[in-house]
Amino acid sequence: MPRMTMIEAIRGAMDVSMERDANVVVFGEDVGYFGGVFRCTQGLQQKYGKSRCFDAPISELGIVGTAIGMATYGLRPCVEIQFADYMYPAYDQIVSEAARLRYRSNGEFTCPLVVRMPTGGGIFGGQTHSQSPEALFTHVSGLKTVVPSNPYDAKGLLIAAIEDPDPVIFLEPKRLYNGPFDGHHDRPVTPWSKHELGEVPEGHYTVPLGKAVIRRKGAAITILAYGTMVYVAEAAVAETGIDAEIIDLRTLLPLDLETIVASVKKTGRCVVIHEATLTSGFGAELAALVQENCFFHLEAPIIRVAGWDTPYPHAQEWDYFPGPARLGRALVDAMEA
Amino acid sequence: MTDTAPLQFHVPEPEVRPGGTPDFSNVRIPEAGSVRRPDIDANPESIRDLAYSIIRVLNRDGEAVGPWAGSLTDDELAEGLRHMMTLRAFDARMQMAQRQGKTSFYMQHMGEEAVSCAFRRALQPGDMNFPTYRQAGLLIADGYPMVEMMNQIYSNESDPLKGRQLPVMYSSKQHGFFSISGNLATQFVQAVGWAMASAIKNDTRIAAGWIGDGSTAESDFHAALVFASTYRAPVVLNIVNNQWAISTFQGIARGGSGTFAARGLGFGLPALRVDGNDYLAVHAVAKWAVERARSNLGPTLVEYVTYRVGAHSTSDDPSAYRPKTESAAWPLGDPVIRLKNHLILRGLWSEERHKQAEAEILDTVITAQKEAERHGTLHAGGKPSTRDMFEGVYAEMPPHLRRQRQQAGV
Repeated sequence: MPRMTMIEAIRGAMDVSMERDANVVVFGEDVGYFGGVFRCTQGLQQKYGKSRCFDAPISELGIVGTAIGMATYGLRPCVEIQFADYMYPAYDQIVSEAARLRYRSNGEFTCPLVVRMPTGGGIFGGQTHSQSPEALFTHVSGLKTVVPSNPYDAKGLLIAAIEDPDPVIFLEPKRLYNGPFDGHHDRPVTPWSKHELGEVPEGHYTVPLGKAVIRRKGAAITILAYGTMVYVAEAAVAETGIDAEIIDLRTLLPLDLETIVASVKKTGRCVVIHEATLTSGFGAELAALVQENCFFHLEAPIIRVAGWDTPYPHAQEWDYFPGPARLGRALVDAMEA
Repeated sequence: MTDTAPLQFHVPEPEVRPGGTPDFSNVRIPEAGSVRRPDIDANPESIRDLAYSIIRVLNRDGEAVGPWAGSLTDDELAEGLRHMMTLRAFDARMQMAQRQGKTSFYMQHMGEEAVSCAFRRALQPGDMNFPTYRQAGLLIADGYPMVEMMNQIYSNESDPLKGRQLPVMYSSKQHGFFSISGNLATQFVQAVGWAMASAIKNDTRIAAGWIGDGSTAESDFHAALVFASTYRAPVVLNIVNNQWAISTFQGIARGGSGTFAARGLGFGLPALRVDGNDYLAVHAVAKWAVERARSNLGPTLVEYVTYRVGAHSTSDDPSAYRPKTESAAWPLGDPVIRLKNHLILRGLWSEERHKQAEAEILDTVITAQKEAERHGTLHAGGKPSTRDMFEGVYAEMPPHLRRQRQQAGV
């Protein structure tokens, strides 16, 4: 099976979808001729023509707003916001329109739309190239929110998202585009070609939305993670020697509560980790759900490891980014509680 | 430094406030028939003057004059009058129903009936409107059942939207009427996207976007114009300038630009300004813009100059911010009376027939209302089920919603 980077896998997902369904269109800033600032759409315009893959004006609201109009017409737009940090001008269209359309029209108008956005930090991106705004989407009824952590999932989840009848926010951890990253910024980065999850089938397959996957079986404690934090979790487990079960959530909404609850009931302990800021972050929802569903099985308080409640800084990148050391301390604390 | 006078902050104000004498002397109204009718393939550059004028067909005597006259047959004109009268009667009954507590909210069209009623007649089946909450004439003029509109307003057991939406936020795909959103201007850019999709698929259908004067200040207005211009989308972008955005006069949104239509010029769009109270002019301009779009010549921006005679909504009292008699002083008159006079002048109508039509229409509206009320009103009779509240958030109900529906005991 060929090995691909996450960029190639994402491009492959759009290629497969455009090939199979003439209603799939791809557009965004620098997405057409140039192939995207991260190369995720490279070659698509050449292959499918300008009416299927094209450059857009610098207007996130315009990109999402027109895509909604296209989706209600019957197309399946897969649009790109260059950085998740720049989705705010489109937020009204996403929340008030895309998410509500099926409900408010009683199914007369629907919005099969995918909004891709590179997300997350760890790249010295500073305040506006590092944010993780997933909680601003998971709080919105009518949206699905997906965060892949590897090339195989990225392709399968993106194809599933494009085929989904409802709007999907597809957050791509850009730190993972070229290889897994465990937070050890001082060590050389492994490319996806050296990782088994870099093996991506050619052609069509899907990874279903709403299903988590257990990345590491363990008995002592459950770690709930997604995106880059999956590898941070692996590193923290290796370094502490704690037999943790690592769950990669993959889809945040709808959430695979069953897998989470089964794991925490088994381990009796839970640590939640995300890059996004702590207060009202998605971790709060996860902690609440675990508490509600696993209270009598819990042997320690649920601990959240997250980005600090500050804007994402530049120079202090590694003091901000929740790395294996911080997660390791939380695991030890949870085990000793 | 000492030579420099202190800066002054500017906040536009309407000419008159409550207690004052209405004054529209600043509204420049060209003679009916005086504005030229360019070919539909006219270069936007060559018709810039049309963004600063007002296209009018009906003159003071009720005659149809000039190059924009003649887009409708006699029967179509009589039908148009009926549509406007129906919308007005419908409004009056629903306004009253709100006062009687049968629904929570209503918004009338008084004075603006010509805009949506005439525009609808310039479209073809399959075209899609992206309306605001003040274009119900698009439904009336397309024969959408009044009972359905009332069911929606009453949020009753037969409400096509299952009680999920505020009154007047209709939706009808079949009648080319996109689901209305409470968030202003959002649909303006969606209309452009729908039109882009139609072009991408080499379809022949076109879209029409709608926005009020106040909402042109929203970013979506700007985005819609950029995208329409860039991709030459087959869309007609309609601005209904009724002078008021709730309590805010149109000068606050318009600022220093001479007209709302003029906003289109900077985007390279052909921009027309039309007498919104002149059914014939509205139809002729709509037809021009629709043909232009359908001929792959791109988008058009149209400003309809009209006046919001009624309150903004049933929650609003305009006497707090404008003279009570202002609507009577509005120089473009009343669209119903103007079309009526035109038809009478041409021997196609009479005062008697008008009274008779009014009675017939009222009867139809009351009959529809009775039927709708048999299905319930907001606080009495049949209601949408609580289960309906949980349906339709997604195509398939996800587990967390199934759990919540269970908790709600339904």
